[in-house]
Amino acid sequence: MIAVIIIIVILVVVGIIFAGMYNSLVGRRNQVDNAWSQIEVQLKRRHDLIPNLVEAVKDYMSYEQETLTNVTAARAAAINAGSQGPQAQAQAENVLTESLKSLFAVVENYPDLKANQNVLSLQEELTSTENKISFARQFYNDSVLTYNNKIQMFPSNVIAGMFNFTTRQFFEVPEGDRAVPTVDLR
Amino acid sequence: MYEQIRRNRRASWLLMGFVVALLAVLGFAIGAAVFGGTSGGIGLLGVFGIVAIGWSILGYYSGDKMVLAVSGAHRVTHEHEPQLFNVVEEMTIAAGLPNVPAVYVIEEPAPNAFATGRDPQHSSIAVTRGMMQMLDREELQGVVAHEMSHIRNYDIRFATLVGILVGMIALVADFFLRWSFWGGFGRRRGGGSSGDSAGAVLMVVALVLAILAPLAAYGVQFAISRRREYLADASGVELTRNPLGLARALNDIAADSRPLGHANRATAHLYIANPLKNKKTKEASGVFDTHPPIRRRIANLLEMAHAGPEALVSGRGAPAEPSPPHDVSPPSAVPPAPPA
Repeated sequence: MIAVIIIIVILVVVGIIFAGMYNSLVGRRNQVDNAWSQIEVQLKRRHDLIPNLVEAVKDYMSYEQETLTNVTAARAAAINAGSQGPQAQAQAENVLTESLKSLFAVVENYPDLKANQNVLSLQEELTSTENKISFARQFYNDSVLTYNNKIQMFPSNVIAGMFNFTTRQFFEVPEGDRAVPTVDLR
Repeated sequence: MYEQIRRNRRASWLLMGFVVALLAVLGFAIGAAVFGGTSGGIGLLGVFGIVAIGWSILGYYSGDKMVLAVSGAHRVTHEHEPQLFNVVEEMTIAAGLPNVPAVYVIEEPAPNAFATGRDPQHSSIAVTRGMMQMLDREELQGVVAHEMSHIRNYDIRFATLVGILVGMIALVADFFLRWSFWGGFGRRRGGGSSGDSAGAVLMVVALVLAILAPLAAYGVQFAISRRREYLADASGVELTRNPLGLARALNDIAADSRPLGHANRATAHLYIANPLKNKKTKEASGVFDTHPPIRRRIANLLEMAHAGPEALVSGRGAPAEPSPPHDVSPPSAVPPAPPA
C-alpha cells in the first residue's frame, strides 16, 4: 500500500516537473516568434521609409544617381528575400543597411540637404529604424540562444525531443559574407 | 534578473507592511499622548492604520502620476520629440518589453532623468530638457537604457512606493512635531483624564517616535538605492552593448553643477544622478547618500569598455557644454535635437 502511494507521489512529481519544462519551452518558443515578428515590423517600416527618403533627396542629388539606384535596388532585393528564411533575409538587409550608410554619407556633402527639415526628420526616422532593427535582432538572437540551449541541454532536451521542439536559426551573417556595395563617396 | 524582480516584488510588499506598522505605532503613541490613555491611542492607531493602508494602495496605483506631477513633467509624443521618443522605443525593443513607456519631459536645464510606474505595462520615463540638449544620441541611449533596466527589474515599483511612503511618514511626523511645539501641550493638559506624569511620558515617547520614524524610513531609502544604480548601469549596458554612451553621459552630468529644482528628498533616489547636490566628487559613498559616487560608476563603465578616461571626450564637444556637440559622428548617426 505504502509502495503504491510512493510510486503515485513520484509519478505526480515527475509529471509536474515535465509540465513545467514543457511550459517553459513553449514560453521560450513564443518569445522567439514574438521577437522575430518585431524584427519584421521594423524591416517593413524601413522598406516603407526608403521611397520617401529617395523622393526627398533625388532632386538635390542629380549627380548621385548610382547611390540612389543602389538603395532602391537593395530595398527591392531585401523585400524579395523576406520569404527565404532568416539567413538570406539577414544578408539582403545588411546590403540595404550598407547602401543607406553610403547615401547618408553622400547627404553630408550637400549643405542644402542637411538643412532640409524633411530630410532631417527622415534621417532620424531611418537611423532609429536601423537601431530598432539591430536591437530587435539582438533580442531575437538572445531569445534563440536561450531557446536552443533549452532544447539541447539535459533534462529539457527529453521533452523537446518528445514534442518536436526544433532549434531556430540566428539572424546574422558571417563577417566575410557581407557584401559591401561600392559607392562613389568622392 | 528574475531573482532581482522577485526581490523587488517582495520588498514592495514588505515596505508597505513596514510603513503601515510604523504609522500605526506612531498613531498609537501620538493618540495616547494627545488624547490621553489607551483609548485615545487605539483610536488614532485605527485612523492612522486606515490612512496608511489607503495611502499605500493609492501609492501603488497612482504613485507614478504623483511623482511625475511633483517633478513638473509633461507628456510628449513622437510628434513633439521624435528623437527622445525613438530612443525610448529602441530600448523597449532591446529589453523585449511588451509596450513603450510613456515619455515625459521636465523643462529644466539640469541634466537628469528617472523612471517610475508599477510594472513594465504601467511605466513612464522622464528626461529633463537640459539632458536632451546636452547629450548626443548615443549618450541619450545609454541614459534611457539605464532607466529601461529599472523598469524591467521592477525597481520602479519599489522606488516609487518608497518615495510616496517616505514622503507621508515625514509629513505626519513633521506635522505632529510642529503641532506639539505650537500648543498641543496646552490642549492635552486641559482634556487629559490620565495623570500628568503618564501623559508626559507618552508625550516623550511620541516625540521620540516622531523623530525616529522618518529616519527609519530614510534609512530604507538610502539602503535600497545605491546598489540598484550600479545594477541598472550594468544591465543598461547589456541593452545598448555600448558602455561608453552611458559613461560619457554620466561624465557630462557630473560636470554640471546645477541642482534640479523640482526634485525633493522623497523623490531624489528615483533619478539617475543625485538631483539635489551631486557636487562632491568623492570616492567612497556615505551612509546618507542615495546614489553611489558618479566617478565610481563612470570608472566601472570604462572598465566594461576596456577604455581609459580619454574615451569620455573622444570626438565629442567638451563635457558639460550645454550646446549640442557638433556632428562628427559616423553618417548613420544624426545630430541631437536642436535646443527648443
